Amino acid sequence: MIVKRKQLNLWERLYLPAVIGGFKVTLRHFFRKKVTMQYPEERWVVPEGYRGAPYLVKDQDGNTKCVSCQLCEFVCPPKAIRITPPGSTGPGADRSNAEKMPREFEINMLRCIFCGFCQEVCPEEAIFLMKDYSLNGTSRAEMIYNKEKLLALGGVHNDPIRKWKHKADEARSQGMEP
Amino acid sequence: MSTATPIETKPAPPPSDKLKVRVNGKEVEVPKTTPDPVSGKPLPTTMIQACFIAKVEVPHYCYHPKLPVSGNCRMCLVEFGTPAIGPDRKPILNPDGTPKIAKAPRPAIACATPLSPGMEIYTDTPTVKLMRAGVLEFLLINHPLDCPICDQAGECKLQEYSVDYGQSESRFVEAKVHKPKRVDLGPRIVLDDERCILCTRCIRFTRDIVGDDALGIVNRGSHNTLTAYPGRAFDNNYTLNTVDICPVGALTSKDFRFQMRVWFLKETKSLCTSCATGCNTVIGSREEKIYRYEPRENNAVNGSWMCDHGRLNYKWIGREDRLREVCSPQSTALSPQSAVLSPAERWAVAVRGIAEKLKHAPAGSVAMIVSARQTNEEIYLLAKLARALGALTDSVPRILEGDRLLLSADRNPNSTGARLAGIAADPMGANLPKIAEGIRSGHIRTLIVLGEDVTRHGIGADLLGKLETLIASDILPNETTRLAHYLLPGCAHAEKRGTFTSTKGRVQKFMKAVEPPGDARPEWEFLRELASQVTGQAGAASIEGLFNQMAGEVPGFHGLTWSGLGDTGATATI
Ligand code: SF4
Ligand code: SF4
Ligand code: FES
Repeated sequence: MIVKRKQLNLWERLYLPAVIGGFKVTLRHFFRKKVTMQYPEERWVVPEGYRGAPYLVKDQDGNTKCVSCQLCEFVCPPKAIRITPPGSTGPGADRSNAEKMPREFEINMLRCIFCGFCQEVCPEEAIFLMKDYSLNGTSRAEMIYNKEKLLALGGVHNDPIRKWKHKADEARSQGMEP
Repeated sequence: MSTATPIETKPAPPPSDKLKVRVNGKEVEVPKTTPDPVSGKPLPTTMIQACFIAKVEVPHYCYHPKLPVSGNCRMCLVEFGTPAIGPDRKPILNPDGTPKIAKAPRPAIACATPLSPGMEIYTDTPTVKLMRAGVLEFLLINHPLDCPICDQAGECKLQEYSVDYGQSESRFVEAKVHKPKRVDLGPRIVLDDERCILCTRCIRFTRDIVGDDALGIVNRGSHNTLTAYPGRAFDNNYTLNTVDICPVGALTSKDFRFQMRVWFLKETKSLCTSCATGCNTVIGSREEKIYRYEPRENNAVNGSWMCDHGRLNYKWIGREDRLREVCSPQSTALSPQSAVLSPAERWAVAVRGIAEKLKHAPAGSVAMIVSARQTNEEIYLLAKLARALGALTDSVPRILEGDRLLLSADRNPNSTGARLAGIAADPMGANLPKIAEGIRSGHIRTLIVLGEDVTRHGIGADLLGKLETLIASDILPNETTRLAHYLLPGCAHAEKRGTFTSTKGRVQKFMKAVEPPGDARPEWEFLRELASQVTGQAGAASIEGLFNQMAGEVPGFHGLTWSGLGDTGATATI
């Protein structure tokens, strides 16, 4: 498509009025409150509910909460999560009645789109999108966070329900080995 | 007519061996009797079977079409009505002349209620839905709700019906009854008694189908617990079928335990290769790794079952030491070190080299030992080649002990195919000593071995060393492949398509589930190239075409077509 160049009128061709108009905008902003932040020395306050990087958490007793159900791996739209289930030879679960936990858990932060589906689908409240937004590394491999790293970054989640502990206690009170 | 014959001669079926019923208003005609799944005796057709024929789903747990009816879970409750009879014993008619239906005051379990003529079954009334929700709530009161750690999740009937009839919140506030968890039932089975809904499918299967009365329920009321007979393990050769039929995650497989969530598994229709019965299977694989075999229903072959021996015989497919490279110490281009050629080029060089050798081999100087674990198509191509070369051929028999249910004494999946194509001697293995003798006398100079380690079958390394050319194709390394002058890496059945002929002559096809490693290619592909280069006849280039071509040439397969085999196969003339 050819767009015809509009013929400029005399006022427009004078050039100076347009320059003055531009300077007016500049001056207006010059005296306003500054919004530029000296990142990274200065950081903004991340609001509640912000969806940053997904990390794994432990419960208040120091147990890995993830039971390797692989629902997040299934739901993750960009396939950023990769879980290696324990199989029969893998590590036993921290809470023995939870029976399993992942042998390996990797999130490729380069693929993650921070949608929060993993947190939403997790039946064990073991993965949360936290406030980290600045993720960097010097190689692609470094951006694949493994289980150890995810747990270290995720920290502790104060779980009010403590399903597995409750189940174990209830079973023991009936004389059953949980 | 012999007088000794018992009164089993069937009378011509009377015209009234069908009856008409209505399912949700739709009229269906169903047989009056259905054979008992175990004894084969005719039993009155039940409401659930009529619903099945009418293609109306009735949720159920304890009913299984291949097991005797037990009627304990109550999930299949339906409402029904029968034609009303007046005091004069005559049907009461509606004003429009149709029979008036007297709706039964109470529901009935569809799995155990026989039909009567003119019966009407209602499966979609609000009452039926409420009953299902109620039964489900009862089944779940003591259930541990541990789907995140349960291997059945994704194929669990409790989950499925909960989606349809369940509640999102539990009304149960009391403490749940706790039962034994992680019970070691036998060498292949783990039991979680808290998940068990006491449907007794497993008990009926092992008692009535396998004939091993190993399981039972002990304790009373909500403490009912499934257990193995005290002091003995649940260890017959069919235990893993109970994992399939257990509608919940109570019985799980030790082998598959915590390996992979089922929703990731790609399902491929396949066959079991561990014996000549040819049980139909489904291969569950994810990203080129096989996780499990499951039986696939084929009433002409294996019903819904398969044996544990065959089911667990898959790990070798993913072994690290699989043969991956086409190599030939005789050709510099194919030495293991030369990485200059692409796999396709390596195959071309190898096939051309072998074809040259075979073309110049004097008649009768070539012999072939072809495993009866190769497919019909591969055996057919080799038989063609053998005829062109005047080669002496045979297969290796594998006879062990069978059992009365499925496991055949013949552990080759395709002995019948090898016989039909004329590769195997009669009896199979009879030519092996002749081949050994031929090599010893220097009369046989070229040996083609497919899928066997001949050093374990009477043709030792010393004899192989005397050969001018040893061409071997196999999947895993062995003494024969080590000595081969041409080594052609082949595929497991899960990595290619093809057909096997079962011991009863059932020709069945299997599909490709995973990619072969390295250079490995389906044997039929390179055998076809080889056969066409040696004989000068091109032959079909696709597996479908090849099968059809074979069906035209091998008398036993006459009339069969690849597409005509369908999922469950067709019968060859044996
Ligand atoms: S936040 Fe979304 S994209 Fe990122 S790991 Fe979770 S599910 Fe995947
Ligand atoms: S273990 Fe499974 S098949 Fe056996 S009774 Fe319990 S629910 Fe039924
Ligand atoms: S399926 Fe009918 S009672 Fe269980």
